[in-house]
Order: sequence, then structure tokens, then C-alpha cells
Amino acid sequence: MPSLKQYRVRIASVKSTKKITSAMKMVAASKLKKAQEQAEASQPYASAMAGMMARVASGVVIGPNSPKLLIGTGSDQTHLLVVVTSDRGLCGGFNGNLVRRVRNEVRKLQNEGKAVKLLCVGRKGRDILKRDFSSLIVHFFTGLAGRTDLSFAEADEVSQWILEQFDAGAFDVCTLVYNEFVSVLTQKPTFQQLIPFKASEGNASNDNRHLDAVVEPVGVSGPYSFEPEEDRILGALLPRNLGIQIYRSLLDSGAGEQAARMTAMDNATRNAGDMINKLSIQYNRARQAFITKELIEIISGAEAV
Amino acid sequence: MAQTTATTFNFELVSPERRLLSEPARMVTIPGEEGHFGVLPGHSALVATIRPGVVEVHGADGGDVRRIFIAGGFADVTSTSCTILAEEAVNVSDLSLESLEKALGRLKEDMSLTKDDIERSRVTRKINLVQAKIAAVSGKIAA
Repeated sequence: MPSLKQYRVRIASVKSTKKITSAMKMVAASKLKKAQEQAEASQPYASAMAGMMARVASGVVIGPNSPKLLIGTGSDQTHLLVVVTSDRGLCGGFNGNLVRRVRNEVRKLQNEGKAVKLLCVGRKGRDILKRDFSSLIVHFFTGLAGRTDLSFAEADEVSQWILEQFDAGAFDVCTLVYNEFVSVLTQKPTFQQLIPFKASEGNASNDNRHLDAVVEPVGVSGPYSFEPEEDRILGALLPRNLGIQIYRSLLDSGAGEQAARMTAMDNATRNAGDMINKLSIQYNRARQAFITKELIEIISGAEAV
Repeated sequence: MAQTTATTFNFELVSPERRLLSEPARMVTIPGEEGHFGVLPGHSALVATIRPGVVEVHGADGGDVRRIFIAGGFADVTSTSCTILAEEAVNVSDLSLESLEKALGRLKEDMSLTKDDIERSRVTRKINLVQAKIAAVSGKIAA
């Protein structure tokens, strides 16, 4: 049985752990609020962009000369998965769940005989994926995930890289994998195809959210005119749309990360509390046993005299 | 809706980060890729790309004209609204000629140091942007 001192040390250490986790929980809560605000603030642009894409796409006749971002390269041999995770840990199953889905997807694609490349945004995802697929990771970005002051220009670096690779013919299909922020308690791993561009399907919940927000123009008389012509607008819109999707996924994932951390730290705080209670009972029992033992020793000593 | 008699329309300026401006306007002039165009209430529906330049907003109250520099983007115009999706937007009055020229000098220095083609095109883009800003501040129409 451990000595009384050992119990005291143990209780003190659990207490300080509890302090840390509850502080982390509060930090995560305030960061979550900021992240949610930011995600909300980016909504008007995303919904306006979605509306414009729909309008332009409806006017475009798809032909062999349409932008490759829209129609694809005509093959689906090489897949690029863009995995958005957090840079930091201590957020429960946030990264693990996502990476598990990615791992299954990679295996599935490989079984179908497709080549897979991975682009990791966020340190944690890279660290976990490196164990199994270190040869598949072509590039990674860190310092973007989970920030509360992420600017579009920074997120756009990721999309620039993707576009450069696409133009160089490094892959045919690009899919974005991220944790969608559903609620504070739920983050849903989501696959969203970026290239070739898909209007909805698979991420219907996402796009509907945007399309619902689009106020349908009232009193539009006659069809839209485009300046310059549809094809060229589309050529400019598609890369921008790619950027905005990545920006949005980073914000969503950032909010999800803070929410996951808040939940995880809440659990940890509660567990630490339980542990302190349990240890205190054991400590008190040991103390009583010790006192009883001393009393017995004194009494039997006195009796012996 | 009293569209025919409306003298203002809803003007919105949004950047990826947030909504910058949402207010009624009497007229807005936009530097479209294929030339400047003005938007008045009842404009025909139009989608256009914007090159770096100055957007002029004539507010509903008939006060001063607000000049906003935009680093390219898209405009979505209907008869009752005009939405600009901007990559970057600053009030022209917030730009200072001095610091811009300093930035231009630095970029030109960078340009002479870089040899990489990709890097060079990046710097060129930045230089064009700063030059457009300078043109906006000095009151000329950006070329």
C-alpha cells in the first residue's frame, strides 16, 4: 500500500492537471466562438460565389474546350486527397476519425488500381498518415489549421499549389477531406470533390446551406449577360471557387477542432475530478488505518508496561 | 415592387473574410475587365470580371462619393442589386502614396534578385497590383 505522502503527491498532481484541462477548455470555448464568427463572416462571399457559379454554369455549353477544372482531364487514374486536420493534438478523436476514413479511402482506391497522392494540411494528419503512406504524401502545409485569424490569401496558397500541380498534370481527380462542423458535439468527416467541379452531390448539406442563403434576384428581366463571355468568366471563377472551398473547409475544420478540444477537455476535467475524489477516499482510509495502527501500538505498549 | 421609380439599389461588397459593405446606392462605377461600366437601378442582369482598380460608390444620401480600391474580383448585377466579390478591398483614402512607393521599390528589388520563373510571375503580379494602387491614389484611372 502506498504511503500517505505518495497519496498526497498524487492528489496534488491530478489537481494541477485538472486546472490545466479546465483552462484549456475555456480557451477552446473562446476560440470556438471566434472561429464560428469567422466561419459565419465568410458566408456572404461563399453564397454569392455559389449563386454566380450556378448562373454562369447554366449558360455554358460544355464542350471539349471547356475549362479542365470543370470537365476533368478525361481520366480518373490519379487521385489527390487534400486532408485537412489540425496542427495540434489534445482534441479527442478529431484527427483520428478523419484519418481512419482517409486510410480506408486510400486502400479502396488502391484496390481499384488507382494511384493516390496525399496533400496534408495540418501537422497532425501528416504525422499519423506518415506511418502508413509516407511515400504517398507529396506535400504538406502547416500553420493554417485552427487559426482564428486566417486570411483568405493564406488559404489561397494551398489552392495555388493544387492548381499548379493540376496544370502540370500531376493528378486527375482532387478530393477535399475535412471535418465538417455540424455542432459543438459533432464533427462529420466529409469528402468533397474539387476537381472536376461538382455542383453538389455528396456534400449536399453544405451546398444547400449556401444556396438557401442566396437571395434569388427579384425582377430579373431577361437572361444574364456576361462580360467577358461565359467561358472566360468560368475560367476565372473556377480557381477562385477552389480557393473559397479550401478556405471554408479550413474555417470549418478550425471551428470543429476547437469544439472537439472543448469536449475532450471537458471530459478530462470531469475525469480528473472523479480521480481526485477516489484518491481522497483512499487517502482518508489510509490515514485512518495509520492512526488506528498507532493507537493500537501505544495502547499495547502501555499494557505491556 | 416599385422598380421603375426606384432611385437606389442595394450595393454589396464582400471579401472572402467578411461582408465589407452593404448599403443602398444611386450609382456605382466598376472597372470591368472589358472597360469601366456604371450601374444604375434597373441595370440589366450581368456577370462581369473586375480588374484591379477603383470602384466609385455614389451613396443614397447624395453625399460624397466613396472610392474603394479593389484588387480584382467579380461583379454580379441585377436590376435591384449589385454584388461585388472582391479579393482585396481598401478605401482609397486609406492608401498612402509614400508607403506604396516604398513597397514598389522593394518589389522591384525582389524582381532583380529572383531568377525562378514562377517566383518572377508572382512578383510581377504584386508589382502590377501596387502600381494600380498608386494610380488609384494619384487620381488617374488605372491602366
